Amino acid sequence: MPPKKNMVPVQKPKDIKGIIKRIFSYMYGFKIQFFLVVAGVILSAVAGIAGNALLTPLVNNIEEACKSGEWDKKSFVGILLVMAAIYAAGAMAGFLYQRMMMKISTTTLMRIRNDLFNKMESLPVKFFDKRTHGELMSLYTNDTDTIREMLSNSIANFISSAITIVGVFALMIAYSWILTIIVIVMLFIIVGVIGAIGSRSSKGFIAQQTAIGKANGYIEELIGGQKVVKVFCHEEIANAEFDKLNNELCDAATKAHTFANILMPIMNNLSYLHYAATAIVGGIMSVSGFGGMNIGKLISYLQFTRQFAQPITQVSQQLNAVLTALAGAERIFAVIDEEPEADEGYVTLVNAVRGADGTLAEADKKTGLWAWKHPHKADGTVTYTEVRGHVEFDDVVFGYEPEKIVLNGISLYADAGQKIAFVGSTGAGKTTITNLINRFYDVPDGKIRYDGININKIKKSDLRRSQSIVLQDTHLFTGTVMENIRYGKLDATDEEVYAAAKLANAHGFITHLEKGYDTMLTADGANLSQGQRQLLAIARAAIADPPVLILDEATSSIDTRTEALIEKGMDSLMEGRTVFVIAHRLSTVRNSKAIMVLENGKIIERGSHDALIEQKGKYYQLYTGMFELA
Amino acid sequence: MLKKILSYVGEYKKTAILCPLSILGEVVMEVLIPYVMASIINNGIRKDNVGHVAIMGIIMVVMALVSLAFGALAGRFGAVASVGFAKNLRKALFEKVQAFSFSNVDKFSSASLTTRLTTDVNNVQMAFMMFIRTAVRAPMMLIFALFMAITTNAKLSLVFVVAIPVLAAIIFMIMSKAHPRFKAMLTLYDNMNGRVQENLIGIRTVKAFVREDYEKKRFVESTEAVRAAQVNAEKLVILTMPFMQLCMYASIISILFFGGHIIVDGDMLTGDLTQFITYVTQILMSLMMLSFMLMMFVISRASLQRIYEVLTEEVDIVSPENAITEVKNGSVSFKNVSFSYFKDMNNLALEKINLNIESGETIGVIGGTGSSKTTLVQLIPRLYDATEGQVLVGGRDVREYDIEALRGNVAMVLQKNVLFTGTIKENLKWGNADATDEEIIEACKQACAHDFITSFPNGYNQNLGQGGVNVSGGQKQRLCIARALLKKPKILILDDSTSAVDTATDASIRKAFRENLGDVTTFIIAQRISSVQEADRIIVMDDGKISDIGTHKELLETSEIYREVYDSQQKGGDADAS
Repeated sequence: MPPKKNMVPVQKPKDIKGIIKRIFSYMYGFKIQFFLVVAGVILSAVAGIAGNALLTPLVNNIEEACKSGEWDKKSFVGILLVMAAIYAAGAMAGFLYQRMMMKISTTTLMRIRNDLFNKMESLPVKFFDKRTHGELMSLYTNDTDTIREMLSNSIANFISSAITIVGVFALMIAYSWILTIIVIVMLFIIVGVIGAIGSRSSKGFIAQQTAIGKANGYIEELIGGQKVVKVFCHEEIANAEFDKLNNELCDAATKAHTFANILMPIMNNLSYLHYAATAIVGGIMSVSGFGGMNIGKLISYLQFTRQFAQPITQVSQQLNAVLTALAGAERIFAVIDEEPEADEGYVTLVNAVRGADGTLAEADKKTGLWAWKHPHKADGTVTYTEVRGHVEFDDVVFGYEPEKIVLNGISLYADAGQKIAFVGSTGAGKTTITNLINRFYDVPDGKIRYDGININKIKKSDLRRSQSIVLQDTHLFTGTVMENIRYGKLDATDEEVYAAAKLANAHGFITHLEKGYDTMLTADGANLSQGQRQLLAIARAAIADPPVLILDEATSSIDTRTEALIEKGMDSLMEGRTVFVIAHRLSTVRNSKAIMVLENGKIIERGSHDALIEQKGKYYQLYTGMFELA
Repeated sequence: MLKKILSYVGEYKKTAILCPLSILGEVVMEVLIPYVMASIINNGIRKDNVGHVAIMGIIMVVMALVSLAFGALAGRFGAVASVGFAKNLRKALFEKVQAFSFSNVDKFSSASLTTRLTTDVNNVQMAFMMFIRTAVRAPMMLIFALFMAITTNAKLSLVFVVAIPVLAAIIFMIMSKAHPRFKAMLTLYDNMNGRVQENLIGIRTVKAFVREDYEKKRFVESTEAVRAAQVNAEKLVILTMPFMQLCMYASIISILFFGGHIIVDGDMLTGDLTQFITYVTQILMSLMMLSFMLMMFVISRASLQRIYEVLTEEVDIVSPENAITEVKNGSVSFKNVSFSYFKDMNNLALEKINLNIESGETIGVIGGTGSSKTTLVQLIPRLYDATEGQVLVGGRDVREYDIEALRGNVAMVLQKNVLFTGTIKENLKWGNADATDEEIIEACKQACAHDFITSFPNGYNQNLGQGGVNVSGGQKQRLCIARALLKKPKILILDDSTSAVDTATDASIRKAFRENLGDVTTFIIAQRISSVQEADRIIVMDDGKISDIGTHKELLETSEIYREVYDSQQKGGDADAS
């Protein structure tokens, strides 16, 4: 079983220039600081070079003293003082630019994260269907990490390296063009070596990434299903399988790291070779006095050869890291560039008051009466419609993917305050219907009407605010029980929270928790049982007090006895609201106003429980199926 | 702890030792090269002796080549050893986890185990590579360079007496202050990522409650907190470089100043001065390297700790010596069994259970959430050990069996079940690797899975994707049942395994069981009365105890709980019948 997930894409960004530009665009407000950083980098690099350049007069000064026995001590100390000043300035500049760069990079990173998250929140549900959580999480962890690395190290390093290389090279030419020929030869060798090793190393790292992806995917999957492995005594097969992946990873990683490791010693010693060559040629020149060479110049020049090699090594070492970071940035920007959830809705939800003549008018405070504010573009008038929760489907055809139709011509209506149930086997399209009511997915215009208004004209956020949903997989958030219930209505008072919890029959177990309502829920509420979590989810939906309620297998994890206990609460929760219920358990849906039996995306039967039983169709079969073997 | 973990270097020990040895060679060369350089200047250039320059130059080239060879070898050895070490560690961890019992897995949680096998091993690998490459290099470089400096000029070397302790003290102070700040930052960072993860999982909830803006606001708060903490920690760390530079520059200036005097006095040559400057760089750099190594170690210590925890975790369920390998029949009995997940007799999940089940019986188990139905049956294939009392299968204590033999005969379909990446057939073969196609089809028919499998374009070779994402919940449950049936077990346990299957299919699965698995002892845990009501006996669990046992009819009369459950599922039906 080869795991197919977690394949890390090849770490090479497509549009390097565009990405760099875009990363820089996140540094807005730091223009001056950024120039100061560049200036600081230049200053500190120049200080390093200039300090070394001063060695020449210093050594010559000493040489002079040795030869003549007369020491010009004043200029000796003078040179040292200048040198000290330059060095101090360099260190100072280094500190300042690093400090500033840190501020820029942390802020930039924060902005990118915020942008990414903001975008993520506004993306349609469809987007999340297509991607694994791991894939999206790695944008926040791996990819932002590599960008941070790049911002805080590589940028300054690149600038400083470039300055050093150019500066040192210029000085070298100025000191002796003949010796510089050796430098140029060296440069060709260096570029050749970096090219050869670098490309092998980056190939190695790509292979390593793939191998890591495979091995980690296998680890994640097998350990996630560890209990199943145990039950089937599958341990040895798993070990053998993992061994194979582990060895592949080991081979790839060894290759990658070998090339990365040997680059440094090769570059380092190349510079020694360079040094030796320079010393020999320079020595000959100095002895013969050719090209104005003298001992002081030569010593400085020899220092230059060392200084020259270092930044080249650094750049070559960081090149891979930068490319990886840019590839990560590209992935992040790709998500930021995703089309957000489209919403052309302009009908909004407002508080309303009823005038003496029965017409509605907008109110600026809570009235308990909600209305749809519907501006008409054609004549500029505004009409108000009371929010009642009337839902109508008209021949809705829908598929998550165009070629796979899930709903095939669904027509139905729910009058305000009615309880409508959907039953049918898994995959019949029950959940899909509720996904359309709150516009997680969109259908063509005019097919679904909500209080008589085309659902696509209603602003998504307002539409959803008028509905509450309790899903089978209850998602609670890190926070206290209180905060989790309050999620349904952020400004709810403590009393309202208690009332909602009581309604959902959750108050009892909450007060038995260690810290009651202040108990922290962690890791998706793992410290509660599935049933308790569902009760909290019901309380959360109750506190929102919406006209429409969608219960998607809301009570499936609650045993029937407990369900019977909370039935009263559920009944009072559902009272006066339009309720859509999806349940496997037919006992849950029995008292619905209308029951729709779905099969293969079609409503095959509809009616009240009694009528459907009378009909002796599919529902009857399903229902009596419970007892057919009795 | 270190010793235990380092033992996994194993066959790479030789390479791991060769790496620092090669580095030793490299270091010796690197320290000698400046000496040769000085000689070139002092005895060659200064004395206009081109011959000497040439000889020394050639020596230097040779030394550089030797150093290069050593360096490259060290790089290779380092890569092989550290990657190999990580491989061994990963293998050991994976195998250890495979040996874990359920309670071991519960203790760690699978998410945390995954992190330990991936991120933590990676951290250790990086730290180990860093270690074998610098643990020798840095101190050796320090010592050799210092030695060379002293032999060149002892007086001038006094500069290091000041420079080294000052720099060391500064680095130490910065690091020890920065460490807690980094830790604080990491906590905030984890919180932030936790927030993202929750939003990913619960995106529908967020959207349904229109809480996007609320979540955005909270996220911005946490990124801001991370940023602030990052600045707080890094502003200390970035001090190291400038301080290092200051120390280095100060040393260079003083060496030039004092060196100048010494040279003019005739006690030293100009070439020695540049040599000395090289030593300053080497010495202070190796000090920096040491401090980085220390930091790496501190960072990886948490990872080491977490790996160590897994490796030393005691596996509490293993096959005994001289284990029985044959399960005689499918009879099960519980003798005075109590069980606690925490091995705490005051916190019991099961209390004094006594039960005798004959081979071939069908047993229904019913009870509210938290009544320990699952706990009860998990003791049969010895997924957990009873805290007190005895569980017998085929007349023998489960602890006497070879675990593989026991679990091969006791097939359990878990409540939280998992399918793996691969085709349907590959998944089914988990039950029996040698199953023929006929056997597979037979099992799938019994689990009512054959029809939907053949409706897939690739039939039994349909790919499932990770976690079986390409099938619905009910289909997944039926595949899991078929997988268990392929074991041809003597005892079959279904732990709420048909909850997502519709009632009609549920009924036909049970019918198939009755017809084909007459001699298999079957346990059916269910929420629906209909799933268990035709069982030979039904156990009603309540709060870790058996409240009643009997047939459907008997229980309706004797068990209040059973009747309540029945009524809650029945109401409409009764009304309809009347």
